[in-house]
Amino acid sequence: MSAEAKITGSLTVQIPEEANRGLQYEENLLWEKERCDHPGVDFPEPQNTALRTGTGARGPIGLPQVSEPQALRHFVKMSTWNYSIDHGLFPLGSCTMKHNPRLNEKLARLPGFAQIHPMQPESTVQGALKLMYELQDWLAELTGLPGVCLAPAAGAHGELAGVMTIKRAHEQLGNKGRTVMLIPDSAHGTNPATAAMCGYSVKTISTKDTGRLTVKAFMEALGDGKDIAGMMVTNPNTCGLFESEMQEIAYTLKKAGGYFYCDGANFNALVGKIRPGAFGVDVMHINLHKTFSTPHGGGGPGSGPICTTEELAPYVPVPTVVKDGETYGLEWEDTRPETLGRLKGFQGQFGMHVRALAYMMSHGADGLKQVAEDAVLSANYIMARLSDDFHVPFEGPCMHECLLSDKNQKDAGVTTLDFAKALCENGFHPMTVYFPLVVSGAMLIEPTETESKEAIDRFISVMKDFAADVRNGDTEKFHDFPESTPRRRLDEVKAARNPILRWGAFFDK
Amino acid sequence: MAELKYTEDHEWVAVDGDVVSIGITGYAQEALGDLVFVELPEVGKKVGKGDDFAVVESVKTAAEVYSPVAGEVVEVNVAMADDLELIKKPANENGWIARIKIEDPSELEGLMDESKYKEFTDGLD
Repeated sequence: MSAEAKITGSLTVQIPEEANRGLQYEENLLWEKERCDHPGVDFPEPQNTALRTGTGARGPIGLPQVSEPQALRHFVKMSTWNYSIDHGLFPLGSCTMKHNPRLNEKLARLPGFAQIHPMQPESTVQGALKLMYELQDWLAELTGLPGVCLAPAAGAHGELAGVMTIKRAHEQLGNKGRTVMLIPDSAHGTNPATAAMCGYSVKTISTKDTGRLTVKAFMEALGDGKDIAGMMVTNPNTCGLFESEMQEIAYTLKKAGGYFYCDGANFNALVGKIRPGAFGVDVMHINLHKTFSTPHGGGGPGSGPICTTEELAPYVPVPTVVKDGETYGLEWEDTRPETLGRLKGFQGQFGMHVRALAYMMSHGADGLKQVAEDAVLSANYIMARLSDDFHVPFEGPCMHECLLSDKNQKDAGVTTLDFAKALCENGFHPMTVYFPLVVSGAMLIEPTETESKEAIDRFISVMKDFAADVRNGDTEKFHDFPESTPRRRLDEVKAARNPILRWGAFFDK
Repeated sequence: MAELKYTEDHEWVAVDGDVVSIGITGYAQEALGDLVFVELPEVGKKVGKGDDFAVVESVKTAAEVYSPVAGEVVEVNVAMADDLELIKKPANENGWIARIKIEDPSELEGLMDESKYKEFTDGLD
């Protein structure tokens, strides 16, 4: 009992009165709360404390002890510190933070979808398998790539599945010495990481001059092509620009024996408009949680199916859903021995498959086309209205996201990071900052098609005010933002250099 | 004092016989912002011309440090892992990241001298 008393005494942390402001409450960790005599859970007194594996019972370990209302308020208070797409504009470039229609949620909760188990016999889940089969069909139609595998759990996992498919194909076809993956310098960071994880070395293609991949830069990187396994490209790219020389590049790559992997993160700009298969893609992943509006950004899980050409289809991971007459089933290694194998437990994030198909079917082909058109229109509207205030590194029109930089302001001492913090102060989630790396002080803004003109106008007006403040020399305040959030300006350097990774108040006692 | 040469990727190179010390320039440090981590190579690592041999990470981004010459890493500034401020020091005061024994001194010929490098960075954003 004395050990417990000691821990109890040392754990409680008092919150200073001034920390609570208006409806914003500070909140302790559960561990730091004063221990309550009436915990919300009653455990029976232990009868026999002798452990089977050790020499005896340990002492009290200081578990938090709170009542039910205390626990409830703890989590509700902390939930108010969050910012989500359900709060407001979330213009994080390359992330496609769009509204998740509640219809999708309703359908995913139908008992026939929500309460089945992946180990049930296939004959008892024909409806679920049919849904997955139809989702495969929709994805094949939208990408122009008929080989679909729904298994990957998220975008980076889809990338891994895609590049492993390429690797498997080279192995099965007996192609030796293909050890290099070509990747432009504007790529998402996961691209070179994926290539490296698959054992490829990365050769960078420069896009610095125009923000786009050019045939010339590609040819220089390709060389004689004998060691090239493939190329990973995002289209539209991370500068928000359409890669217009893609067809010729893809043709040359294929002639040299490489495969073309397309990062599908930015598919929102193309969906329903063009099929990536048409510009020479061999394999791409699709983020259901971006383009097809399943929740992400902490609300996941994600889902990252891959789509491939007929040629690469045998190599994709198992299982895939197949149809035999009127019966649906999962295909495994025994009938498709060329496959690279299994990458994930069971058959993928089924709940996300339901939501994505609900989204596709409720929009229809014409609706999806309008998604892309409106997303592109919104981004161009922002670019056009902010181009007098902020530097535009690559002339538009852009696709679904627009790229600005802090070039016009940084000499006055206000940088991209300051604008991000100032947006927090004004009730917006910041845009993507300092990415893509090819532009100094990059601000990548993706409004998506689900924001109203009013919401976008408010964002524009706040950004215009920032620029005006800098022009008028009112710059000092930018270094203190945000001031009205639960946490103020953080010392990010200190946090990264000297992180406290262990909660000392407990473990050091 | 060893002669300093510069690359377009913003490394400086201090040449001393057949061993070069490599660090990153003030321009690079300015662009990266405050550094939070440096990943050093291992002694004995072989690098090709243009290969990356170290990674510097700031609050904004992570960036590779490239070797403009082929060779072998013969010495690593281990003190830098604990004291990132060292990277701001000049070549002769422990500002180097690693020392590389070069194979072909002619590879140094394409590098810029100080005035050329200044001209180069003035032309950038």
